[in-house]
Amino acid sequence: MKNNTKKVAIICSKGSLDGIYPALILANGARMEGMDALIFFTFFGLEAITKDKIKHIQVATVGNPAMHIPTMLGGLPGMSKLATHMMQKEMDKLDIPHVDEFIEMLDDAGAELYACKLAMDMFHLESEDLIDRVKDVLTVGEFYEKTDDAKIIFT
Amino acid sequence: MNKQMTEVKFDEEGFLINHTDWTEELAKTIADSEEIYDLSQRHFEVIYIIRDEYTLNGEAPTLRRLTKVHGFPTKELYQLFPGGPGKKAAKIAGVKKPHGCI
Repeated sequence: MKNNTKKVAIICSKGSLDGIYPALILANGARMEGMDALIFFTFFGLEAITKDKIKHIQVATVGNPAMHIPTMLGGLPGMSKLATHMMQKEMDKLDIPHVDEFIEMLDDAGAELYACKLAMDMFHLESEDLIDRVKDVLTVGEFYEKTDDAKIIFT
Repeated sequence: MNKQMTEVKFDEEGFLINHTDWTEELAKTIADSEEIYDLSQRHFEVIYIIRDEYTLNGEAPTLRRLTKVHGFPTKELYQLFPGGPGKKAAKIAGVKKPHGCI
């Protein structure tokens, strides 16, 4: 198959496990194909690169019809934790790394990780709150400058 | 293209069809065509592990497996096989194209 895409820019805006993983997997897959990849973490997506949140990313059990459990049940305490635990077990079987290890792997693979400045201001986050693997905090304009002619993917 | 390259069969993407046709010489020729010149000792360490795993499991290991199980840092794999290490390393190792997403 001929692949003419040379660069992808992925915008990760969600903070749930199922919101973050697609961005990480797409970026990693791009690097494996020899393409450049950058991820712009914005809004709740910032959880994936925030030091005290990165190890606590969970599956959303409420408002997620694909979970196939009643909303009332999904809202019970511990439900999200349980669903996350079960999903993580399945992912371990497939050799999919946890978010923190995945981020390190991406950085080592040469993917560039950026945080959205506006979202940082909104959540009162400082650069020190982010993990070291984040390359920079960017405005939207600066992000677009970095994307060049990349395909942009929104997750 | 030298004689050796014409005797063995490749699929349309350039992966060796029969992995037992592989030789170190052939690896060097394939690597040249992938613009990886001068295969080092370290390249061959990765290549032989891929071949061993392929013989055992019927598929090339994922990059993560090369890192976690065999101790090759991700960064180094990207340096050794620039431009798509999983696929390029498998190609040079003479095994089928890996299908994993990780």
